Parts: sequence; structure tokens; C-alpha cells
Amino acid sequence: MNNQAGMSLIVKTITRLTVGLIFIYGIYIMLQGHSSPGGGFAGGVIIALSFIHLILAFGRKAVFQKMNEARGLILISSGALAFLLLSTLGFLGIFSKGLMPFSDAAIALLVSSGLFAMFLVLIGLASKEKKQ
Amino acid sequence: MSLLIYFIIVPLAAAMLTALINVRAKDKASIIPIVAGLILLGLSLYCARQLNFAQVLIYKIGGWLPPLGMSLVVDGLSGLLLVAVNLISLLVLVYSSKYMRHYTDDWKFYSLFLIMLCGMNGVLLSSDLFNLYVFLEIASLSGYALVAFGVSAEDLEASFKYMVMGAMASIFILLGIAMLYSYTSTLNMAEMAQALSTRPAGFLISFVSVLFLAGFGLKAALVPFHAWLPDAHSSAPSPVSAVLSGLVIKTLGIYALSRVFFNCLGISNKVLMALMFLGALSMVVGAFLALKQSDIKRMLAYSSISQIGYIVFALGVGTPLAILGALFHILNHAASKSALFLNAGTIERAIGTRDINKMGGLNAKLPVTGYTSLMGSMSISGIPPFAGFWSKLLIIIAAVQAGQIAYSAVAVIVSIVTLIYYLRFHTKVFLGIPAQNTAEVKEACGAIKWPVIILGFICLAGGLLLIPSFRDFLNRGVDVLVSGINYKDAIFQAVK
Repeated sequence: MNNQAGMSLIVKTITRLTVGLIFIYGIYIMLQGHSSPGGGFAGGVIIALSFIHLILAFGRKAVFQKMNEARGLILISSGALAFLLLSTLGFLGIFSKGLMPFSDAAIALLVSSGLFAMFLVLIGLASKEKKQ
Repeated sequence: MSLLIYFIIVPLAAAMLTALINVRAKDKASIIPIVAGLILLGLSLYCARQLNFAQVLIYKIGGWLPPLGMSLVVDGLSGLLLVAVNLISLLVLVYSSKYMRHYTDDWKFYSLFLIMLCGMNGVLLSSDLFNLYVFLEIASLSGYALVAFGVSAEDLEASFKYMVMGAMASIFILLGIAMLYSYTSTLNMAEMAQALSTRPAGFLISFVSVLFLAGFGLKAALVPFHAWLPDAHSSAPSPVSAVLSGLVIKTLGIYALSRVFFNCLGISNKVLMALMFLGALSMVVGAFLALKQSDIKRMLAYSSISQIGYIVFALGVGTPLAILGALFHILNHAASKSALFLNAGTIERAIGTRDINKMGGLNAKLPVTGYTSLMGSMSISGIPPFAGFWSKLLIIIAAVQAGQIAYSAVAVIVSIVTLIYYLRFHTKVFLGIPAQNTAEVKEACGAIKWPVIILGFICLAGGLLLIPSFRDFLNRGVDVLVSGINYKDAIFQAVK
């Protein structure tokens, strides 16, 4: 990993230690949303924050290897589509209960990728990435 | 009628699928939207047919009864508008399958368009004030993005203006809904009408009426609230202007306004007077501002304000005949204004300008565009035998019968002014000496031609809707508005 990009060594080390925990905490919030405080939206925001955390600490190149704008757009639409599909299955009578964790997961996918894409647009990285 | 939910599922799913598939493969983005449009048109025609057998079609989501659960309702009024919305959206989607090719990332257009369609269908279906507000916001938000689709400075300014005014409208509407909710403890429109009929109409109802009048008036671009419309409708891509002008201001503005005032709050004489005055003001101001415009789409946008004035004026007259005229004029204006905006797009694409003074003699080069524009403009200006003549005739006769001689004289004069500016548009653009920039113009391909031909045909033959065997389609809508707050009984009956 390029040592020049991003913030200082201290921040990078702490990030390396914490980012996985933040990500897993997001997933925990997402999956426990139906029975305790939290849910798809909050979990999705925390998952997106872990990616934003990575960008802040390591610079954009390290993150764009894993996640870029096109991939983000695909994830947004597939999250929304998954949520719609789950609710349609409910309307068709295939499921009647037990859907909450799945719906939360779909929402978390939508919200995390959507928030990440929004972050990219707001800091102007999305257009720069295209030019490169 | 569990089919009703598909009016919302189909456009949403199509929007997401279009976005999903076209991020990488960018060709043929229009296939899924057109298929979705066909399905929606089929569904709406089926619903319109089912209304022959039942007064109200209802779908209780999750099987919950209305005070607790939400329900989707199609009655005569929304059935009529569903057919119009889905038919014209399909034609516009077919048109944009060719037209939007020139924009980068045209799949974003289809996604946003389908979400807007979902919002409009939702507004027409919802039987619940808060649901209506949510769908109204869905349609408006995608509308703001669609207006800015060209991302030039002019588009962004128009979109920003539209967004600020639209947000004001939403705040007014939401505040009104919140006040009604605190007063009646229910959001279901039928329940609310029931609750309001047992309580005295106090100061709160008048205040809420003013809020709704301002909010829905902003969405419908009635005259004191019209400032966003000419910018937004003229700088959006043409298919978007066609839908904004033909459908959005009618579903979000006029349908919601009439639904809330007639069926929920109960119409009072003061509100009728206000609607009549605002309608007449919009007619006059829109028509006289349109006279001076040299930009085609701006002229069409001001003309929309003027025609919205006719519709609201007729609703304000409030007799069954006037309401028939209003609903009929909604359909006619939707067809003719979409045809004209689509043609304006074809012209802009062909010669690269929207300035009326730099055009001339286009009829020789673009005969289809020329003749369909003629049909559209004659229908709007009210020349027999085009459909617009019959609806304007109904409105004016109803106004005379209701004793509003002065207002009906205004309506006749504005109709003449309308004819003047459409003839000016037609002679300058399509007749006369061909301008230099028309030398290389060629007739467009099928996807551009057929939608406007169909719309032109609707403008010509739409008057047939008034003959008795088709008239039920309109009359069912009239019955809903005429029944006023007694409309709740039909809903209660259907729920049981």
C-alpha cells in the first residue's frame, strides 16, 4: 500500500484495527433491527461509514480497487430490487412472516451503497475517477 | 382487486432493472421501460373496464381494513386519469427511445421517468392523505431531477427554481395534512370525510383549505403560483416537458386538489369562488404571456398555465356539466399538449433552435410534425371538430347556465387569444418561406413519428368520448366529484 497517500501512520494503523469492527457492527445492527434498536437504514449507514473511513485514511486509490461508482450503482439497484422482490413475494402470499432480516439486509445494501455513492459525488471523486 | 398493487410495483421494478442492466451495457435501455409501459396500459384499461361492474375497486394491503391498514382505491375519477397517464407515458417512452439516444446515460432518464410514473400512479390510487403526499413527493423529486437532465446552466437554474417552489408546496400540503390529522385523528380520506361531517366547520378548515389551495395550486401552476412552470417546462428535455405539462401538473395538482376538496373536506361556496377566480386569472395571464413568447416551448408552457386555468375554472363552476367539461378538458389538454411538446422536441433536434423567428417552411420538410402540431394546436384553441372544442364548449355552456356571464365571456375571449398565438406559432414555424437552417432537415424515423400521430388522432377523434356509448367513461368520474363527501359511503360499502 502506498505510504504517501492518505493520512499519517497512526491513523492508518488505527483504521486497520477498527474498520473491520465498524463493518461487523453495521451488519450486527442490520440483522438485529427487527428486535432491537437499529435496522436496515442505520446498519447501512454504518457500513457505508466504514468505506468512507477507508477513503479518509488511505486515499481513494486503495478503496477504488474494491469499490467504484459503477459497482456502487449496481449495488444500489440490486438492493432496491431485492427489497421490492421480497415485498412482492409477500403480496403473492409466498411468505407471510420472517422476512424482516432479509428486508433489512436489502435496505442496508441500498443505503450503504447509496450513501457511499453520494459521498463520492459530494467530494467530487466520482468524476475524477472517470477521467483517469 | 389485488392487481392494483402492480400499478406501483411494475414501474418501480422496471426502473431498478433498467438501472441495474444498463450501468455497463448501455444500448437498448428503452426496452424494459416500454414493456413496463405496455403492461401498465393494459392494467389501466382492464381497471377502466372493471369499473363497468363495480363502482369502486379496492385493494386492502395485507388484508387490513382501512382505519388501520392502507388501501388502494380506483374509482371513476382515478380510473379515467390512470388510462390517460399510462397511455401518454407509453407514447412518450416510445418517442424517447429514439430521442434520448443523444443524451449520455439515457438509462438514468428511463429510471427517473418510471419512478415519476410510479409516483403519479400512486397519487391516483391512494385513498389515504399521507400516502398521497408520499407519492406526490416521489413524483416531484424525480421531476426535479428530470428537469435538470440536460445539465446546462439553464436547466439547473430551472430545476432549482422548480425544487424550491415544489418544496414550498410540499410544506404547505404536509402542514395541512398534519392539521387535519390532529383534528380528525385519521388519515384515510373516507374516514376523514366522515369525521369532518360530524364536526362544525370552524376556522381550522378554512385555514387548511388555504394551505391546500396554495400547495396544490403550486403543483398545478395556477397563476399566482406559476413562476416555476415556464422555466421548468421549457428547459427540460422534450419528452419530460410533455409529461410534466400533460400529466404531472394534472395528477399532482388538479386531481389531488379536486379529490381533497370535493371528496374529503367538502366543497364550500367560498372555495368554489376562489377556484373560479384563480382559474379565470390563470386563463387570462397565461394566454397573454404566451402571446409574446418567441421560444416555442416557453409559449407552450404559458399555454399550459392558461389551459389549467380553464380546468380549474370549470371545477370552480361546480355543476355536473362543468365538471364533465373539466375532466374532458384534462384528457384533451394532456393529449394535445404532449403532442405539441414532442413535436417541439423534434423541431429543436432538427434545426437546433427553439426561436420562432429563426424558423419557417418546416411543413415541407417535416410533414408529420407539421400536421400533428396543427391537430394539437387546433384542439387546444377549440376549433371544431377537434376534441378541445367540445370540452371548451361544455365549460362555457356550463358557466352560462350557472349565471357566470362575465367569466364565460372571459373564457371565450381567452379561447380566441389562444387561437391567435397558436396560429402565429403555426404560420411562423411551418408555413412561409423555408429558413436557411432547414436545408438539411429530414423526416424523422418511426419511433418519433408514430407516438405523435396517435396523439394527433386522439386530438381529432377525442370528441367521440361524448357520444352516449363511451360517455360512461367520463360520467363515472363526474359522479365521483358530484357526490362530494357522500363519496365516503361508496368506499365504506366497498370495504365491507
